[in-house]
Amino acid sequence: MINGLLNGVRGIGRRVVDGVWRMGIATRFFLQTLMHSGQSFRRFHLIIREIFSAGVLSLIIILVSGLFVGMVLGLQGYETLQTYGSEEALGVLVSLSLVRELGPVVAALLFASRAGSAITAEIGLMKATEQIAAMEMMAVDPIARVVAPRFWGAVISMPLLAALFSAMGILGGYLVGVVLIGVDEGSFWSQMQAAVDFKEDILNGVLKSVVFGVAVTAIALFEGYDAPPTAEGVSRATTRTVVTSSLAILGLDFILTAFMFRGV
Amino acid sequence: MSDNLIEIRDLSFAYNDRMVLKGINLVARRGQVIAIMGNSGCGKTTLLRLIGGALKATKGLLMVNDIDMGALDQDGLYRLRRRMGMLFQFGALFTDMSVFENVAFQLREHTDLPEEMIRDLVLMKLNAVGLRGAQDLMPSELSGGMARRVALARSIALDPALILYDEPFAGLDPISLGVTGNLIRRLTDTLGMTSVVVTHDVQESLKIVDYVYFVSEGVIVAQGTPTEIKASDLPYVHQFVHGEEDGPVPFHYPAPPYAADLELSA
Repeated sequence: MINGLLNGVRGIGRRVVDGVWRMGIATRFFLQTLMHSGQSFRRFHLIIREIFSAGVLSLIIILVSGLFVGMVLGLQGYETLQTYGSEEALGVLVSLSLVRELGPVVAALLFASRAGSAITAEIGLMKATEQIAAMEMMAVDPIARVVAPRFWGAVISMPLLAALFSAMGILGGYLVGVVLIGVDEGSFWSQMQAAVDFKEDILNGVLKSVVFGVAVTAIALFEGYDAPPTAEGVSRATTRTVVTSSLAILGLDFILTAFMFRGV
Repeated sequence: MSDNLIEIRDLSFAYNDRMVLKGINLVARRGQVIAIMGNSGCGKTTLLRLIGGALKATKGLLMVNDIDMGALDQDGLYRLRRRMGMLFQFGALFTDMSVFENVAFQLREHTDLPEEMIRDLVLMKLNAVGLRGAQDLMPSELSGGMARRVALARSIALDPALILYDEPFAGLDPISLGVTGNLIRRLTDTLGMTSVVVTHDVQESLKIVDYVYFVSEGVIVAQGTPTEIKASDLPYVHQFVHGEEDGPVPFHYPAPPYAADLELSA
Protein backbone atom coordinates (compact mmCIF):
# COMPACT_ATOMS: atom_id res chain seq x y z
CA MET A 1 0.00 0.00 0.00
CA ILE A 2 2.64 2.52 1.13
CA ASN A 3 4.97 1.29 -1.59
CA GLY A 4 2.28 1.81 -4.20
CA LEU A 5 1.69 5.34 -2.93
CA LEU A 6 5.41 6.08 -2.94
CA ASN A 7 5.74 4.79 -6.49
CA GLY A 8 2.85 7.00 -7.52
CA VAL A 9 4.50 10.07 -6.01
CA ARG A 10 7.82 9.11 -7.59
CA GLY A 11 6.06 8.73 -10.94
CA ILE A 12 4.57 12.22 -10.69
CA GLY A 13 7.95 13.62 -9.64
CA ARG A 14 9.71 11.96 -12.52
CA ARG A 15 7.17 13.31 -15.00
CA VAL A 16 7.51 16.83 -13.65
CA VAL A 17 11.31 16.66 -13.78
CA ASP A 18 11.22 15.21 -17.31
CA GLY A 19 8.79 17.92 -18.36
CA VAL A 20 11.02 20.67 -16.98
CA TRP A 21 14.04 19.14 -18.74
CA ARG A 22 12.17 19.01 -22.02
CA MET A 23 11.08 22.62 -21.65
CA GLY A 24 14.71 23.55 -21.04
CA ILE A 25 15.91 21.64 -24.08
CA ALA A 26 13.13 23.15 -26.21
CA THR A 27 14.05 26.65 -25.06
CA ARG A 28 17.70 26.12 -25.88
CA PHE A 29 16.71 24.72 -29.26
CA PHE A 30 14.55 27.78 -29.93
CA LEU A 31 17.33 30.18 -28.92
CA GLN A 32 19.82 28.31 -31.11
CA THR A 33 17.41 28.60 -34.02
CA LEU A 34 17.20 32.36 -33.50
CA MET A 35 20.98 32.64 -33.18
CA HIS A 36 21.50 30.81 -36.48
CA SER A 37 18.88 32.83 -38.33
CA GLY A 38 21.30 35.40 -39.77
CA GLN A 39 22.69 32.88 -42.22
CA SER A 40 19.19 32.03 -43.46
CA PHE A 41 18.48 35.65 -44.28
CA ARG A 42 21.76 35.94 -46.13
CA ARG A 43 20.68 32.95 -48.24
CA PHE A 44 17.09 34.03 -48.66
CA HIS A 45 16.34 31.45 -51.37
CA LEU A 46 16.30 28.83 -48.60
CA ILE A 47 13.53 30.75 -46.83
CA ILE A 48 11.64 31.27 -50.10
CA ARG A 49 11.55 27.50 -50.58
CA GLU A 50 10.07 27.04 -47.13
CA ILE A 51 7.52 29.82 -47.71
CA PHE A 52 6.45 27.76 -50.69
CA SER A 53 6.11 24.48 -48.78
CA ALA A 54 4.56 25.94 -45.61
CA GLY A 55 2.61 28.83 -47.11
CA VAL A 56 1.75 28.23 -50.74
CA LEU A 57 0.93 24.57 -50.21
CA SER A 58 -1.44 25.51 -47.35
CA LEU A 59 -3.31 27.99 -49.57
CA ILE A 60 -6.11 25.71 -50.73
CA ILE A 61 -7.20 24.56 -47.28
CA ILE A 62 -6.93 28.13 -45.93
CA LEU A 63 -8.87 29.75 -48.79
CA VAL A 64 -11.65 27.17 -48.92
CA SER A 65 -12.08 27.08 -45.13
CA GLY A 66 -12.07 30.88 -44.99
CA LEU A 67 -14.80 31.08 -47.60
CA PHE A 68 -17.02 28.58 -45.77
CA VAL A 69 -16.45 30.09 -42.34
CA GLY A 70 -17.44 33.48 -43.79
CA MET A 71 -20.53 32.03 -45.43
CA VAL A 72 -21.64 30.41 -42.17
CA LEU A 73 -20.99 33.68 -40.34
CA GLY A 74 -23.15 35.43 -42.90
CA LEU A 75 -26.04 33.04 -42.38
CA GLN A 76 -25.84 32.89 -38.60
CA GLY A 77 -25.20 36.61 -38.27
CA TYR A 78 -28.15 37.49 -40.47
CA GLU A 79 -30.43 35.23 -38.40
CA THR A 80 -29.50 37.00 -35.19
CA LEU A 81 -29.23 40.55 -36.52
CA GLN A 82 -32.60 40.55 -38.26
CA THR A 83 -34.28 39.84 -34.90
CA TYR A 84 -33.13 43.33 -33.90
CA GLY A 85 -33.74 44.79 -37.31
CA SER A 86 -30.10 45.66 -37.83
CA GLU A 87 -29.15 43.33 -40.67
CA GLU A 88 -27.11 46.14 -42.35
CA ALA A 89 -24.59 45.58 -39.57
CA LEU A 90 -23.84 42.14 -41.05
CA GLY A 91 -20.64 43.44 -42.67
CA VAL A 92 -19.39 44.66 -39.30
CA LEU A 93 -20.16 41.38 -37.58
CA VAL A 94 -18.49 39.25 -40.25
CA SER A 95 -15.40 41.39 -40.60
CA LEU A 96 -14.78 42.00 -36.91
CA SER A 97 -15.23 38.33 -36.01
CA LEU A 98 -12.82 37.32 -38.73
CA VAL A 99 -10.16 39.97 -38.39
CA ARG A 100 -9.98 39.94 -34.62
CA GLU A 101 -10.57 36.32 -33.78
CA LEU A 102 -11.52 33.67 -36.29
CA GLY A 103 -9.00 34.62 -38.96
CA PRO A 104 -5.87 34.28 -36.84
CA VAL A 105 -7.15 31.38 -34.70
CA VAL A 106 -8.74 29.14 -37.32
CA ALA A 107 -6.00 29.83 -39.86
CA ALA A 108 -3.41 28.93 -37.22
CA LEU A 109 -5.24 25.71 -36.30
CA LEU A 110 -5.38 24.73 -39.97
CA PHE A 111 -1.75 25.76 -40.41
CA ALA A 112 -0.76 23.55 -37.46
CA SER A 113 -2.43 20.52 -38.96
CA ARG A 114 -1.29 21.14 -42.54
CA ALA A 115 2.16 22.74 -42.34
CA GLY A 116 3.13 22.00 -38.71
CA SER A 117 2.62 18.27 -39.05
CA ALA A 118 4.47 18.28 -42.37
CA ILE A 119 7.45 20.07 -40.81
CA THR A 120 7.60 17.60 -37.91
CA ALA A 121 7.30 14.57 -40.18
CA GLU A 122 9.91 15.89 -42.60
CA ILE A 123 12.51 16.68 -39.94
CA GLY A 124 11.75 13.49 -38.02
CA LEU A 125 12.27 11.44 -41.16
CA MET A 126 15.46 13.32 -42.00
CA LYS A 127 16.69 12.30 -38.57
CA ALA A 128 15.49 8.70 -38.88
CA THR A 129 17.25 8.29 -42.23
CA GLU A 130 20.46 9.84 -40.84
CA GLN A 131 20.26 12.88 -43.13
CA ILE A 132 20.73 15.19 -40.14
CA ALA A 133 23.73 13.15 -38.95
CA ALA A 134 25.15 13.19 -42.48
CA MET A 135 24.83 16.97 -42.57
CA GLU A 136 26.69 17.26 -39.26
CA MET A 137 29.42 14.97 -40.60
CA MET A 138 29.73 17.32 -43.57
CA ALA A 139 30.42 20.16 -41.13
CA VAL A 140 27.10 21.84 -41.92
CA ASP A 141 25.05 22.84 -38.89
CA PRO A 142 21.55 21.36 -39.37
CA ILE A 143 20.00 24.05 -37.16
CA ALA A 144 21.29 26.72 -39.51
CA ARG A 145 20.64 24.81 -42.75
CA VAL A 146 17.42 22.89 -42.01
CA VAL A 147 15.71 24.36 -38.95
CA ALA A 148 16.16 28.14 -39.22
CA PRO A 149 14.94 28.51 -42.85
CA ARG A 150 11.86 26.44 -42.03
CA PHE A 151 11.20 28.56 -38.96
CA TRP A 152 11.28 31.85 -40.85
CA GLY A 153 9.49 30.46 -43.88
CA ALA A 154 6.57 29.40 -41.71
CA VAL A 155 6.59 32.49 -39.48
CA ILE A 156 6.44 34.76 -42.54
CA SER A 157 3.67 32.65 -44.11
CA MET A 158 1.37 32.58 -41.10
CA PRO A 159 0.13 36.23 -41.00
CA LEU A 160 -0.27 36.21 -44.78
CA LEU A 161 -2.40 33.08 -44.60
CA ALA A 162 -4.48 34.56 -41.76
CA ALA A 163 -5.04 37.71 -43.84
CA LEU A 164 -6.14 35.64 -46.83
CA PHE A 165 -8.39 33.59 -44.57
CA SER A 166 -10.10 36.76 -43.32
CA ALA A 167 -10.39 38.19 -46.83
CA MET A 168 -11.99 35.02 -48.13
CA GLY A 169 -14.27 34.94 -45.09
CA ILE A 170 -15.48 38.49 -45.75
CA LEU A 171 -16.08 37.51 -49.36
CA GLY A 172 -18.08 34.48 -48.13
CA GLY A 173 -20.13 36.70 -45.81
CA TYR A 174 -20.78 39.08 -48.70
CA LEU A 175 -21.89 36.27 -51.01
CA VAL A 176 -24.37 34.91 -48.50
CA GLY A 177 -25.51 38.20 -46.96
CA VAL A 178 -25.69 40.52 -49.97
CA VAL A 179 -25.88 38.29 -53.05
CA LEU A 180 -27.99 35.48 -51.62
CA ILE A 181 -30.14 37.06 -48.91
CA GLY A 182 -30.20 40.59 -50.23
CA VAL A 183 -28.80 42.77 -47.44
CA ASP A 184 -28.11 46.26 -48.73
CA GLU A 185 -24.68 46.28 -50.37
CA GLY A 186 -23.87 49.89 -49.56
CA SER A 187 -24.48 49.57 -45.85
CA PHE A 188 -22.69 46.18 -45.75
CA TRP A 189 -19.43 47.72 -46.96
CA SER A 190 -19.73 51.23 -45.51
CA GLN A 191 -20.59 50.06 -42.00
CA MET A 192 -17.68 47.64 -42.19
CA GLN A 193 -15.30 50.44 -43.20
CA ALA A 194 -16.54 52.68 -40.44
CA ALA A 195 -16.39 50.07 -37.68
CA VAL A 196 -13.13 48.26 -38.33
CA ASP A 197 -10.18 50.12 -36.82
CA PHE A 198 -6.81 49.62 -38.43
CA LYS A 199 -4.78 49.60 -35.23
CA GLU A 200 -7.19 48.09 -32.72
CA ASP A 201 -8.61 45.40 -34.96
CA ILE A 202 -6.40 44.65 -37.93
CA LEU A 203 -2.97 45.14 -36.36
CA ASN A 204 -3.98 43.20 -33.26
CA GLY A 205 -5.19 40.38 -35.50
CA VAL A 206 -1.89 40.39 -37.38
CA LEU A 207 0.01 40.40 -34.09
CA LYS A 208 -1.97 37.36 -32.97
CA SER A 209 -1.22 35.48 -36.14
CA VAL A 210 2.50 36.24 -35.85
CA VAL A 211 2.54 34.91 -32.27
CA PHE A 212 0.62 31.79 -33.32
CA GLY A 213 2.99 31.31 -36.25
CA VAL A 214 6.02 31.43 -33.97
CA ALA A 215 4.40 29.03 -31.48
CA VAL A 216 3.23 26.47 -34.05
CA THR A 217 6.50 26.48 -35.97
CA ALA A 218 8.69 26.29 -32.87
CA ILE A 219 6.65 23.34 -31.57
CA ALA A 220 6.67 21.57 -34.95
CA LEU A 221 10.41 22.01 -35.42
CA PHE A 222 11.28 20.90 -31.91
CA GLU A 223 9.01 17.85 -32.01
CA GLY A 224 10.58 16.79 -35.32
CA TYR A 225 14.12 17.37 -34.16
CA ASP A 226 13.51 15.63 -30.84
CA ALA A 227 11.59 12.65 -32.26
CA PRO A 228 13.03 9.18 -31.68
CA PRO A 229 14.49 8.14 -35.06
CA THR A 230 11.94 5.40 -35.74
CA ALA A 231 8.68 5.18 -37.69
CA GLU A 232 6.72 5.05 -34.45
CA GLY A 233 8.66 7.96 -32.95
CA VAL A 234 8.01 10.17 -35.97
CA SER A 235 4.29 9.35 -36.08
CA ARG A 236 3.90 10.13 -32.38
CA ALA A 237 5.81 13.37 -32.75
CA THR A 238 3.53 14.42 -35.61
CA THR A 239 0.45 13.80 -33.49
CA ARG A 240 2.01 15.68 -30.58
CA THR A 241 2.73 18.66 -32.83
CA VAL A 242 -0.92 19.00 -33.82
CA VAL A 243 -2.24 18.51 -30.28
CA THR A 244 0.31 20.73 -28.52
CA SER A 245 0.18 23.53 -31.05
CA SER A 246 -3.63 23.57 -31.14
CA LEU A 247 -3.72 23.91 -27.37
CA ALA A 248 -0.98 26.53 -27.49
CA ILE A 249 -2.94 28.55 -30.07
CA LEU A 250 -6.12 28.54 -27.99
CA GLY A 251 -4.29 29.31 -24.74
CA LEU A 252 -2.25 32.09 -26.29
CA ASP A 253 -5.38 33.47 -27.94
CA PHE A 254 -7.04 33.91 -24.58
CA ILE A 255 -3.97 35.63 -23.10
CA LEU A 256 -3.53 37.93 -26.10
CA THR A 257 -7.22 38.81 -26.25
CA ALA A 258 -7.16 39.63 -22.54
CA PHE A 259 -4.29 42.06 -23.14
CA MET A 260 -5.93 43.61 -26.18
CA PHE A 261 -9.40 43.90 -24.65
CA ARG A 262 -10.52 47.50 -24.59
CA GLY A 263 -13.45 47.13 -22.26
CA VAL A 264 -15.72 49.40 -24.24
CA MET B 1 52.84 15.03 -40.22
CA SER B 2 52.79 11.63 -38.63
CA ASP B 3 52.49 8.44 -40.65
CA ASN B 4 49.31 7.49 -38.86
CA LEU B 5 46.10 9.22 -39.86
CA ILE B 6 44.25 7.69 -36.95
CA GLU B 7 45.86 6.78 -33.68
CA ILE B 8 43.82 5.45 -30.79
CA ARG B 9 45.41 4.62 -27.45
CA ASP B 10 43.67 3.00 -24.51
CA LEU B 11 40.30 4.44 -25.50
CA SER B 12 37.23 3.77 -23.37
CA PHE B 13 33.67 4.87 -23.83
CA ALA B 14 30.57 4.47 -21.68
CA TYR B 15 26.89 5.24 -22.38
CA ASN B 16 25.71 6.42 -18.96
CA ASP B 17 27.16 3.65 -16.77
CA ARG B 18 27.40 0.96 -19.41
CA MET B 19 30.93 0.44 -20.73
CA VAL B 20 30.77 -0.02 -24.50
CA LEU B 21 34.46 0.22 -25.36
CA LYS B 22 37.19 -0.80 -22.95
CA GLY B 23 40.79 0.12 -23.72
CA ILE B 24 40.88 0.14 -27.53
CA ASN B 25 44.25 0.51 -29.31
CA LEU B 26 44.08 1.04 -33.05
CA VAL B 27 46.16 2.63 -35.79
CA ALA B 28 45.31 3.48 -39.39
CA ARG B 29 48.26 4.51 -41.54
CA ARG B 30 47.79 7.01 -44.34
CA GLY B 31 46.63 5.33 -47.55
CA GLN B 32 45.36 2.19 -45.82
CA VAL B 33 41.92 0.64 -45.87
CA ILE B 34 41.28 -0.84 -42.45
CA ALA B 35 38.26 -2.83 -41.35
CA ILE B 36 36.69 -2.94 -37.94
CA MET B 37 34.69 -6.15 -37.61
CA GLY B 38 32.59 -7.77 -34.97
CA ASN B 39 29.11 -9.03 -34.34
CA SER B 40 26.14 -6.71 -33.85
CA GLY B 41 26.31 -4.67 -30.65
CA CYS B 42 30.04 -5.21 -30.11
CA GLY B 43 30.77 -1.47 -30.17
CA LYS B 44 32.21 -1.08 -33.68
CA THR B 45 29.73 1.57 -34.79
CA THR B 46 30.36 3.44 -31.54
CA LEU B 47 34.06 3.38 -32.38
CA LEU B 48 33.31 4.85 -35.82
CA ARG B 49 31.17 7.59 -34.27
CA LEU B 50 34.02 8.41 -31.88
CA ILE B 51 36.44 8.75 -34.79
CA GLY B 52 33.93 10.99 -36.57
CA GLY B 53 33.59 13.16 -33.47
CA ALA B 54 29.86 12.45 -32.99
CA LEU B 55 30.72 11.09 -29.52
CA LYS B 56 33.44 12.02 -27.06
CA ALA B 57 35.64 9.36 -25.47
CA THR B 58 35.31 8.81 -21.74
CA LYS B 59 39.02 8.03 -21.40
CA GLY B 60 42.08 7.63 -23.60
CA LEU B 61 43.63 9.31 -26.62
CA LEU B 62 42.11 9.65 -30.09
CA MET B 63 44.18 11.45 -32.72
CA VAL B 64 42.87 12.09 -36.24
CA ASN B 65 45.18 13.79 -38.73
CA ASP B 66 47.46 14.81 -35.81
CA ILE B 67 44.58 16.49 -33.99
CA ASP B 68 43.51 15.42 -30.53
CA MET B 69 39.77 14.83 -30.81
CA GLY B 70 39.27 15.12 -27.06
CA ALA B 71 40.43 18.75 -27.04
CA LEU B 72 38.33 19.94 -30.00
CA ASP B 73 35.51 22.46 -29.67
CA GLN B 74 32.59 22.61 -32.13
CA ASP B 75 34.40 24.92 -34.58
CA GLY B 76 37.54 22.80 -34.52
CA LEU B 77 35.49 19.67 -35.07
CA TYR B 78 33.69 21.20 -38.05
CA ARG B 79 37.05 22.31 -39.49
CA LEU B 80 38.38 18.76 -39.14
CA ARG B 81 35.21 17.28 -40.66
CA ARG B 82 35.80 19.17 -43.88
CA ARG B 83 38.73 16.77 -44.30
CA MET B 84 36.56 13.80 -43.44
CA GLY B 85 33.81 11.97 -45.29
CA MET B 86 31.33 9.46 -44.02
CA LEU B 87 29.27 6.90 -45.86
CA PHE B 88 26.16 6.02 -43.87
CA GLN B 89 24.60 2.59 -43.85
CA PHE B 90 21.82 3.40 -46.29
CA GLY B 91 23.47 6.40 -47.90
CA ALA B 92 21.52 9.10 -46.02
CA LEU B 93 21.06 11.09 -49.22
CA PHE B 94 19.03 14.29 -48.89
CA THR B 95 15.65 13.18 -50.18
CA ASP B 96 14.57 16.63 -51.34
CA MET B 97 17.56 17.11 -53.64
CA SER B 98 18.57 15.48 -56.91
CA VAL B 99 21.67 13.29 -57.20
CA PHE B 100 23.58 16.26 -58.62
CA GLU B 101 22.55 18.58 -55.78
CA ASN B 102 23.43 15.95 -53.19
CA VAL B 103 26.99 15.72 -54.49
CA ALA B 104 27.19 19.50 -54.91
CA PHE B 105 25.92 20.11 -51.36
CA GLN B 106 29.28 20.48 -49.60
CA LEU B 107 30.79 22.43 -52.49
CA ARG B 108 27.95 24.94 -52.22
CA GLU B 109 28.05 25.09 -48.43
CA HIS B 110 31.80 25.37 -47.93
CA THR B 111 33.20 27.01 -51.07
CA ASP B 112 32.49 30.02 -53.27
CA LEU B 113 33.28 28.17 -56.48
CA PRO B 114 31.54 29.38 -59.63
CA GLU B 115 28.63 27.27 -60.84
CA GLU B 116 30.57 25.94 -63.84
CA MET B 117 33.34 24.59 -61.68
CA ILE B 118 30.86 23.00 -59.26
CA ARG B 119 29.26 21.29 -62.22
CA ASP B 120 32.59 19.93 -63.46
CA LEU B 121 33.59 18.70 -60.01
CA VAL B 122 30.24 17.01 -59.38
CA LEU B 123 30.33 15.28 -62.77
CA MET B 124 33.88 14.08 -62.08
CA LYS B 125 32.86 12.61 -58.73
CA LEU B 126 29.75 11.02 -60.22
CA ASN B 127 31.82 9.60 -63.06
CA ALA B 128 34.19 8.04 -60.54
CA VAL B 129 31.29 6.01 -59.15
CA GLY B 130 29.80 5.36 -62.61
CA LEU B 131 26.65 7.42 -62.12
CA ARG B 132 27.23 10.51 -64.24
CA GLY B 133 24.14 9.54 -66.21
CA ALA B 134 22.00 9.53 -63.04
CA GLN B 135 22.68 13.15 -62.12
CA ASP B 136 19.09 14.31 -62.56
CA LEU B 137 17.43 11.45 -60.69
CA MET B 138 15.94 11.90 -57.22
CA PRO B 139 17.13 9.62 -54.39
CA SER B 140 13.76 7.82 -54.39
CA GLU B 141 14.45 6.67 -57.96
CA LEU B 142 17.75 4.96 -57.07
CA SER B 143 18.35 1.34 -56.11
CA GLY B 144 20.09 0.60 -52.79
CA GLY B 145 23.44 0.06 -54.49
CA MET B 146 23.16 3.22 -56.57
CA ALA B 147 22.20 5.29 -53.51
CA ARG B 148 25.29 3.99 -51.75
CA ARG B 149 27.45 5.00 -54.72
CA VAL B 150 25.94 8.49 -54.89
CA ALA B 151 26.59 8.83 -51.17
CA LEU B 152 30.17 7.77 -51.81
CA ALA B 153 30.50 10.43 -54.51
CA ARG B 154 29.06 12.97 -52.08
CA SER B 155 31.50 12.01 -49.34
CA ILE B 156 34.53 12.49 -51.63
CA ALA B 157 33.26 15.86 -52.92
CA LEU B 158 35.85 17.86 -50.98
CA ASP B 159 38.65 15.30 -51.46
CA PRO B 160 38.83 14.27 -47.81
CA ALA B 161 41.84 12.70 -46.14
CA LEU B 162 39.69 10.14 -44.36
CA ILE B 163 36.47 8.33 -45.17
CA LEU B 164 34.46 6.38 -42.64
CA TYR B 165 32.08 3.68 -43.86
CA ASP B 166 29.25 2.43 -41.68
CA GLU B 167 28.25 -1.04 -42.93
CA PRO B 168 28.78 -0.20 -46.62
CA PHE B 169 27.84 -3.72 -47.73
CA ALA B 170 24.58 -4.12 -45.80
CA GLY B 171 21.62 -5.17 -47.94
CA LEU B 172 23.37 -5.11 -51.33
CA ASP B 173 23.02 -7.66 -54.14
CA PRO B 174 26.22 -9.54 -55.13
CA ILE B 175 26.99 -7.27 -58.07
CA SER B 176 26.56 -4.04 -56.07
CA LEU B 177 28.56 -5.67 -53.30
CA GLY B 178 31.56 -6.22 -55.56
CA VAL B 179 31.19 -2.77 -57.14
CA THR B 180 31.07 -1.02 -53.74
CA GLY B 181 34.06 -3.00 -52.43
CA ASN B 182 36.17 -2.21 -55.48
CA LEU B 183 35.17 1.46 -55.38
CA ILE B 184 36.30 1.78 -51.78
CA ARG B 185 39.69 0.31 -52.66
CA ARG B 186 40.12 2.22 -55.91
CA LEU B 187 39.07 5.61 -54.54
CA THR B 188 41.31 5.19 -51.51
CA ASP B 189 44.29 4.47 -53.76
CA THR B 190 43.68 7.06 -56.47
CA LEU B 191 42.68 9.92 -54.18
CA GLY B 192 45.34 9.10 -51.57
CA MET B 193 42.78 8.82 -48.78
CA THR B 194 42.55 6.58 -45.77
CA SER B 195 39.46 4.44 -45.25
CA VAL B 196 37.93 2.89 -42.15
CA VAL B 197 35.26 0.32 -42.89
CA VAL B 198 32.94 -0.94 -40.17
CA THR B 199 31.36 -4.14 -41.37
CA HIS B 200 30.44 -7.69 -40.63
CA ASP B 201 30.74 -8.80 -44.22
CA VAL B 202 33.90 -10.84 -43.85
CA GLN B 203 34.35 -12.24 -47.34
CA GLU B 204 33.85 -8.96 -49.20
CA SER B 205 35.96 -6.85 -46.89
CA LEU B 206 38.88 -9.29 -46.62
CA LYS B 207 39.28 -8.89 -50.40
CA ILE B 208 39.90 -5.16 -50.24
CA VAL B 209 41.34 -4.17 -46.85
CA ASP B 210 44.93 -3.87 -45.67
CA TYR B 211 44.37 -4.55 -41.99
CA VAL B 212 41.56 -5.90 -39.83
CA TYR B 213 40.60 -5.27 -36.21
CA PHE B 214 38.14 -7.64 -34.55
CA VAL B 215 36.06 -6.12 -31.77
CA SER B 216 34.11 -8.20 -29.30
CA GLU B 217 32.36 -6.89 -26.22
CA GLY B 218 34.23 -3.61 -26.36
CA VAL B 219 37.77 -4.92 -26.69
CA ILE B 220 39.95 -5.75 -29.68
CA VAL B 221 40.29 -9.51 -29.62
CA ALA B 222 42.29 -9.97 -32.79
CA GLN B 223 44.03 -8.00 -35.50
CA GLY B 224 46.11 -8.65 -38.58
CA THR B 225 46.31 -8.60 -42.34
CA PRO B 226 43.57 -10.47 -44.24
CA THR B 227 45.94 -13.42 -44.78
CA GLU B 228 46.69 -13.61 -41.05
CA ILE B 229 43.01 -13.35 -40.22
CA LYS B 230 42.01 -16.12 -42.63
CA ALA B 231 44.67 -18.36 -41.11
CA SER B 232 43.85 -17.43 -37.52
CA ASP B 233 42.95 -20.25 -35.17
CA LEU B 234 41.55 -17.97 -32.48
CA PRO B 235 38.11 -19.46 -31.76
CA TYR B 236 36.22 -16.14 -32.10
CA VAL B 237 37.88 -15.16 -35.37
CA HIS B 238 37.47 -18.67 -36.75
CA GLN B 239 33.79 -18.68 -35.92
CA PHE B 240 33.31 -15.23 -37.45
CA VAL B 241 35.28 -15.80 -40.65
CA HIS B 242 33.64 -19.14 -41.31
CA GLY B 243 30.20 -18.12 -40.12
CA GLU B 244 29.85 -21.01 -37.69
CA GLU B 245 26.65 -21.27 -35.70
CA ASP B 246 28.12 -22.04 -32.32
CA GLY B 247 31.39 -21.08 -30.70
CA PRO B 248 32.57 -18.28 -28.42
CA VAL B 249 29.45 -16.45 -29.59
CA PRO B 250 26.85 -19.01 -28.51
CA PHE B 251 23.76 -19.91 -30.53
CA HIS B 252 21.58 -19.88 -27.44
CA TYR B 253 20.81 -16.77 -25.47
CA PRO B 254 21.66 -17.54 -21.82
CA ALA B 255 18.77 -19.58 -20.38
CA PRO B 256 18.10 -22.10 -17.61
CA PRO B 257 18.57 -25.74 -18.61
CA TYR B 258 16.13 -26.80 -21.33
CA ALA B 259 14.75 -29.73 -19.35
CA ALA B 260 14.12 -27.53 -16.32
CA ASP B 261 12.29 -24.97 -18.47
CA LEU B 262 10.02 -27.67 -19.89
CA GLU B 263 9.49 -28.97 -16.32
CA LEU B 264 10.74 -32.42 -17.21
CA SER B 265 12.06 -34.23 -14.18
CA ALA B 266 15.04 -36.48 -14.70
